[in-house]
Amino acid sequence: MRPLKRFIARFSNYLAGRRGDERLREEIELHVAMQAEENRRTGMTPDESYRCARLKFGAVEVIREDYGAEKGLPLLDTLLMDVRYAIRVLCKSPTFTIVVILTLMMGIGANVVVFGVLDAVLLHPLEVSDPQNLYQVRLKPWMSGRLLTTSYPAFQDFQRKNTTFSGMAAINAYSSAAISWHGGALREVHGIETSGNYFDLLGVQPGLGRLFHASDEHGPGSAPYIVLSEELWRSSFNADRGVVGATVVLNTHPFTVIGVAEGRFHGTERFAWPEYWVPMVNEAQAEGGYDYLHNRSAPAVTVIGRLKPGVTPRRATEDLNAIEAELSKDYPTTDRGLEMRLIRPGLYGDEGDVIRGFIFSVTVLALLVLAAACANLTSLFAARAADRSRELALRVALGSSRLRLVRQLLTEAVIVSLAGGAAGVATAALLLRLLSRWRPPYGHLAISVDLRIYTVGLALALGSALLFGIIPAWQASQSNPLQAMSHGAEGSPRLRRFAFRDLLLCAQIVICTVLVAASLVAARGMVRALHAPLGIQPTEVMLAEMDLGQLGQAGETALEREKEMIEAVRGIPGVTSVGTANVTPMSGGARGIPVFRTGTTELTFGNSVLSTRRYVISPGYLAAAGTRLLGGRDVSWHDTADTPQVAIVNETFARVMWGDSPAIGQRFILFGGQMEVIGVAEDGKYHDLAESPEAAVYRPSSQEVESDVVFVVRSQRAPKEIARELQRTLGGIEPNAPLSLRSWPDALSGVMFPARAATVALGVMGMLAAMLAVTGIFGMAAYGISRRMKELGIRVALGASKTQLMRAAVGRPMALLGLGSALGLLAAIVARPLLSQIVYQANPSDLVVVGGAVLTMTLLGTAAAAIPAVRALAIDPSELMREE
Amino acid sequence: MDVQRGTLALMVLKTVDVMGPLHGYGIARRIEQISGDLLAVNQGTLYPVLLRLEQEGAIASEWRPSENNRRARFYRLTSAGRKLLDAEKNDWEKTAAIIARFFAVRAQDLE
Repeated sequence: MRPLKRFIARFSNYLAGRRGDERLREEIELHVAMQAEENRRTGMTPDESYRCARLKFGAVEVIREDYGAEKGLPLLDTLLMDVRYAIRVLCKSPTFTIVVILTLMMGIGANVVVFGVLDAVLLHPLEVSDPQNLYQVRLKPWMSGRLLTTSYPAFQDFQRKNTTFSGMAAINAYSSAAISWHGGALREVHGIETSGNYFDLLGVQPGLGRLFHASDEHGPGSAPYIVLSEELWRSSFNADRGVVGATVVLNTHPFTVIGVAEGRFHGTERFAWPEYWVPMVNEAQAEGGYDYLHNRSAPAVTVIGRLKPGVTPRRATEDLNAIEAELSKDYPTTDRGLEMRLIRPGLYGDEGDVIRGFIFSVTVLALLVLAAACANLTSLFAARAADRSRELALRVALGSSRLRLVRQLLTEAVIVSLAGGAAGVATAALLLRLLSRWRPPYGHLAISVDLRIYTVGLALALGSALLFGIIPAWQASQSNPLQAMSHGAEGSPRLRRFAFRDLLLCAQIVICTVLVAASLVAARGMVRALHAPLGIQPTEVMLAEMDLGQLGQAGETALEREKEMIEAVRGIPGVTSVGTANVTPMSGGARGIPVFRTGTTELTFGNSVLSTRRYVISPGYLAAAGTRLLGGRDVSWHDTADTPQVAIVNETFARVMWGDSPAIGQRFILFGGQMEVIGVAEDGKYHDLAESPEAAVYRPSSQEVESDVVFVVRSQRAPKEIARELQRTLGGIEPNAPLSLRSWPDALSGVMFPARAATVALGVMGMLAAMLAVTGIFGMAAYGISRRMKELGIRVALGASKTQLMRAAVGRPMALLGLGSALGLLAAIVARPLLSQIVYQANPSDLVVVGGAVLTMTLLGTAAAAIPAVRALAIDPSELMREE
Repeated sequence: MDVQRGTLALMVLKTVDVMGPLHGYGIARRIEQISGDLLAVNQGTLYPVLLRLEQEGAIASEWRPSENNRRARFYRLTSAGRKLLDAEKNDWEKTAAIIARFFAVRAQDLE
């Protein structure tokens, strides 16, 4: 308490500029006068008495200094002095200062952006209570993009039998519905169906009205309630508080709005924000007829749960596995007895590993950029300190302590780096704001530019200041003033210091080569992704999605409607082919459906041969989608419920089932029915670009009616025109069905997103690195030449040829460039695991990448060394000699 | 010197405690009288100590006419200063007692 009081007093004195010692002077005067009086009383002469009094008082100057030091904050005083001096010095060389600030701005800015994303995606906890003991149940094998893992009945069994979770909730995040209110316009919204205990498990509060609870559920169809997200409430309900209690129609079914969730809650997935929540017991109404509540074979829910206090994830996993093993005995045809594991929810299930790896790797690369920047700045500062050696020597000679000298140089480093950091953070904040407003196909990314981000920026700025400031400062303080004064700039430990700078430049080039190679790898990955055999030809295709089931149509009527619409679309001028599918590849859909050989009697999972994806298609779909039929025939409208059940399979399916023998005419069992193979289609990608070949089967829509219909329309007309035509044609036939139109490449942009994000991230890093390489080499060459002007002049005077001159002038930076690039490429090849976190099948030893990196570095190096080299060539020895 | 500085602060506190408001010269005189040579030379060192104590809030000061009607800065103990003095006094007494016991101990007492 006392030191604080004292500090406040001193600080206020300091701020008020009360450094004067009027009071002390007066007190001293009085003191001495009184002492003198006293002395006089003992019989001294007036002169004598004053002299003795002063002697007794002691050295006035020392006391005044002590007093002043006690009164104000001398440390702050000298610090300010250092700062003022540093600013003056920096202003004297504006080019240098600006280059340093820009370099730091890029280095720190890149890192702050990466940290902002890292913070938002990985560090920031989910907006639920106690996020640390919340887990998501997954099957043991690593599975990309498959969020649904368990059937609803199995979830109920888990919920009832487990002993390790304090609560367990089921989520189906694939709910979508046409919503209308007051008979108002239909709008397609996406939300989630959850078990009743969902909100209570997560500790979510209502923003308005109430939320639903486990007590609201009384069997299927018993809770027609809907909770709106704040965004949906604002955008579609005009933030009307009266909406609570109102009835909205989801598809054809009425639901009562009971509340709005609190604004900060966006479900348990970080990127996919639901627009509404409905109780799972009412999923059949919300989904338009599809009932998964009683279906043990459909993986329909994602399970999240909270562990009881003291229970380890491992014990919980063992518990779950024991239950699953039990279930597989009770229900051998449907429950597979697969092993489970627990993960943290929030990042699309197992995609979290990919996302974490990606962000981690990009963080490492961003730090490398900053490291290269610091190496660059270290050599710049060292060069500058060497140039200023005379000034510094003078200060030492005049009695400045070496510590003070180090402090001065460090102050300069800190000031530029704070300026660079501020510029970097400002740019980064701007970019982060743009990023969080941007809606990538992967969903929302909410980045708040908050104190943490500023703190990281500050820490990076100070850290880099230490990194690039301390070595030059220490070096400068070690120099001998006498030598520096007498020899001028060409100080003696030059050779050693040059070697040190060489090392720095080499390190910088190595890092830059790694980054350039990395961005080339990413570019290659992007190209590969764009040209990967997709099994479809998405260009010039328009997708029109429609849900007939939402209008209560099913079975034969829906099929007739579909036929009618296909014919109408075919009639649109410019449409070359058209077909429908229940779902298009790489947009979700059923998978993992077991396939059995004919003659299998017990249809248990153990007896299945393979598991497949399934698409329900109309005649003409394959042609419209651009999927090649390798043999056999397309499905036809003549394949009906009364004719044999038929299917088209893909190459992988045929190979796994029947090896090399022809597939056409073979039979297999799917969903308990006998199928006959009528055609074989080419393989494709069904979930993402990185997947290995998977089996797929196509079934005619005339034999297996699905209410979801996507029209795949191929046409060479402009997408906008064709979209308008489709809207008119389809809307004319079915005015009440919500129709969503997208071009296929747009719809696939989500699939391309990882490759695009990697290319952008690595491209930016590579570009920053390239710029740093240029400034580094340029700085080194230019500095070397300016220092050696005299020497080069003598060489010219003695008759050195241009080649010899060039070798002397830029030989060293070029040699370093070669060495650095070679080491960098080696490093990039060694860092392959890191790169493969970012880019699928990263191969830095690829000839194109190696060649490209070498070429880039050579070009950059040549460009950077060109200006100094020209300067060296233009040396006029006679002029130079006269100058010094 | 540091020890002396600390003790000097304590002496100042005790002095203004016993004597009431006093100016710098008065305090110096008083300490000199009691402690002998501690302030026989370098009396000026007293003033930084006074400033420090005042900044810490242990003493307060104001201008007042001195006994022979000259403007002088008078220092007096504050309530915080009294608390500090009591605490310091306690500490000193404890320390002094311990040290005294150590000096009183003879070799055979320890066996």
